[in-house]
Amino acid sequence: MEQISKENKLLAMTISPHIYDRQTTRSIMRDVFIALVPAMLAAFYFFGMRALLVVLVSLVGCILSEIAFKKLTKQKGPLLDGSAGVTAVLFAFCVPSTLPLYMVFFGACVGIIVGKMVFGGLGYNIFNPALVGRAVVMASWTQSMTTWPAQNAMFLGIYDAVTRATPLAGLKIGQYTAGYMDLFLGNVGGSLGETSALALLLGGVYLILRKVIKPVIPLSFIGTVFVMSSLFGMDPLYSILAGGVFLGAFFMATDYVTSPIAFRGRLIFGIGCGLLTVLIRKFGGYPEGVCYAILFMNGIVPLIDKYTGPKVFGRATK
Amino acid sequence: MFGRNTFKGGIHPKGNKSISQDLSIKDMPLAAEIVIPLSQHAGAPAEPLVKKGDKVLRGQKIGEAKGFISACIHSSTSGEVTDVKNYPHPLGRNVISVFIKPDGEDKWACLPSGEDLEKISKEDIISRIKEAGIVGLGGAAFPTHVKLSPPKGSKIDTLIINAVECEPYLTADYRLMLEETEKVILGTRIFLKALGIERAVIAVESNKPKAIQKLSSLIGKDKQIELMVMETKYPQGSEKQLIEALTKREVPIGKLPLDVGVVVQNVGTACASVDAVIGGRPLIDRVLTVTGSNVKQPSNLRVRLGTKFSDVISFCGGTFEDPKKVIMGGPMMGIAVPGIEVPVIKGTSGILLLKNSEVSFEEPGPCIRCGKCVDVCPMGLAPGRFVEYGETKDLDSALEDSIMNCMECGSCSFSCPARRPMVHWIKLVKSQIAKQKK
Repeated sequence: MEQISKENKLLAMTISPHIYDRQTTRSIMRDVFIALVPAMLAAFYFFGMRALLVVLVSLVGCILSEIAFKKLTKQKGPLLDGSAGVTAVLFAFCVPSTLPLYMVFFGACVGIIVGKMVFGGLGYNIFNPALVGRAVVMASWTQSMTTWPAQNAMFLGIYDAVTRATPLAGLKIGQYTAGYMDLFLGNVGGSLGETSALALLLGGVYLILRKVIKPVIPLSFIGTVFVMSSLFGMDPLYSILAGGVFLGAFFMATDYVTSPIAFRGRLIFGIGCGLLTVLIRKFGGYPEGVCYAILFMNGIVPLIDKYTGPKVFGRATK
Repeated sequence: MFGRNTFKGGIHPKGNKSISQDLSIKDMPLAAEIVIPLSQHAGAPAEPLVKKGDKVLRGQKIGEAKGFISACIHSSTSGEVTDVKNYPHPLGRNVISVFIKPDGEDKWACLPSGEDLEKISKEDIISRIKEAGIVGLGGAAFPTHVKLSPPKGSKIDTLIINAVECEPYLTADYRLMLEETEKVILGTRIFLKALGIERAVIAVESNKPKAIQKLSSLIGKDKQIELMVMETKYPQGSEKQLIEALTKREVPIGKLPLDVGVVVQNVGTACASVDAVIGGRPLIDRVLTVTGSNVKQPSNLRVRLGTKFSDVISFCGGTFEDPKKVIMGGPMMGIAVPGIEVPVIKGTSGILLLKNSEVSFEEPGPCIRCGKCVDVCPMGLAPGRFVEYGETKDLDSALEDSIMNCMECGSCSFSCPARRPMVHWIKLVKSQIAKQKK
């Protein structure tokens, strides 16, 4: 029998619980990063080295601006938590690969600073930072943001030689310019990370399996686009595969910070995103509506949360 | 009448019960000094009946219940009272405690001989349970006689024996179910008689197949007692969740189980009540699990109340590394004790010793609004908000969001990827609200 020290030594008296689940903020960011890899590879495949360059510039922009902001405002805590990296890749994914690099850099910085840091940093922002960056660049350089490279030309290294319309451009007037299989695989024009539904789906499924996201927002978002498109006389399958629906539904609308916290709220949020996307596509000035749909829904999240909280156990429901 | 076998929300922490589940209950030998706090239960502390220099016998009452919600305290061995003074309590504060130097003879105070349950009246059952100082042994230590004496007018129709033991690591209740199965059933009958009702449900988690088998073969064709196998999920053993799953009755906010016609008793309490009612033996010891990665010989022990944690840990071979944190109970709702010299009390269901690397403190990060705390909360709350309310001292909003409904099960803190100490803030805000009311 071993004697253990007898003096009444003070022990750590922390409040329960004393164990934690494996998931941490960092592990979540890492998982989102991993989930973005298939789409990134698809982007490199279809858009070549230029896509890699855009991603790198976006990463530099996001990380530098976050560190600079934290230093200038003398914030405590770790300089990086992985969220800036996720924002960087997502921002790069929703611009054309031909976008001049200074615009990429500018958009990345705006996304981080205006989209996140001025609100108080991670957890306090109202709008998805990557989409804020995209919206600002879109408003500033509309021409560059809507010039799409032809992929095969890009792959061969012939930059800026050929441009081609995105599959969405013709949607309003009922011109379907791409086949389902090309849309699914990503062999079409578009922003660099949005074209391959397959790659995005792989990432999305990974996030669901890793319990990082729940399927409610992606399913309600994509489902609503499908149903509403057919109601407006557009090809529903074409509508969900073309443009940024998969990227938005799996990676943007599911951003924890800027989406509702409870199931019912998330359902409303997903449906709202889908509905607005279709309305913008059908009646708006732009061919694509995913970005603004999510940003708009981001804005009303506090309202949604207020009325869709969970049912409190034992509260009278008569 | 009985439908589901689980509740909404909850978590699946690693059970870690295999460390100790196959170890039979051993008796912990008498320690060199026994320190018995006079507050080991929910409610008012007991009044001391002995003073320095008194000789006491094993099972002799040394503290008298004071008020309705209180419990008697007995000496767990024979010997001399060396002092009655303040001493550190597992819950952190100092409490008036009776110091006993055992004489080694362990001489019992006189015990009534065994009796047949048929011959004991309902009133006698309750008074014997009260005299024996029986409290809920699941951890909350609420006096058992109070639960068996529902106020006039309340219509109780169901007794639930809580044999869920959903806390990870703990196996004391499980061993009782295997080794003292007859007592579990007899204890259930005693409670039924005390309540004057005819329906009992014993609820066990599905991760205890041996106990389920043994219980169901002993229940046999008894029409009054039913066995329910619950899904293995934390906090399956929470009173309100158990009632809702088994009877579909939701205990309203601020109300008690008896308000929906149900009384819940822990399985260990049932065994202790058999000793008290049939054997006349007061509650002077209890079965607890000593477990975790930092104890050399994990054990299920029957330990005298008042035995110091340090003696129990030494009896279990000591620790691999000097513990920085010692937990009374399980890892989810257990309490980190101030030091290892604190005594085992009625509510000590286990002593959990984890490697220091497993209990290291992690700096909380900002809330990323992932909603996991909302998903897992069995009470339907949004626990993350209470941290905000705590930081801004917004007690009104906390009340509005039903903070008082929180039972502090810890599912939210467990799941939080940012490691935000939600239970910590909730306890703090609740105590601030209580202060404000005064």
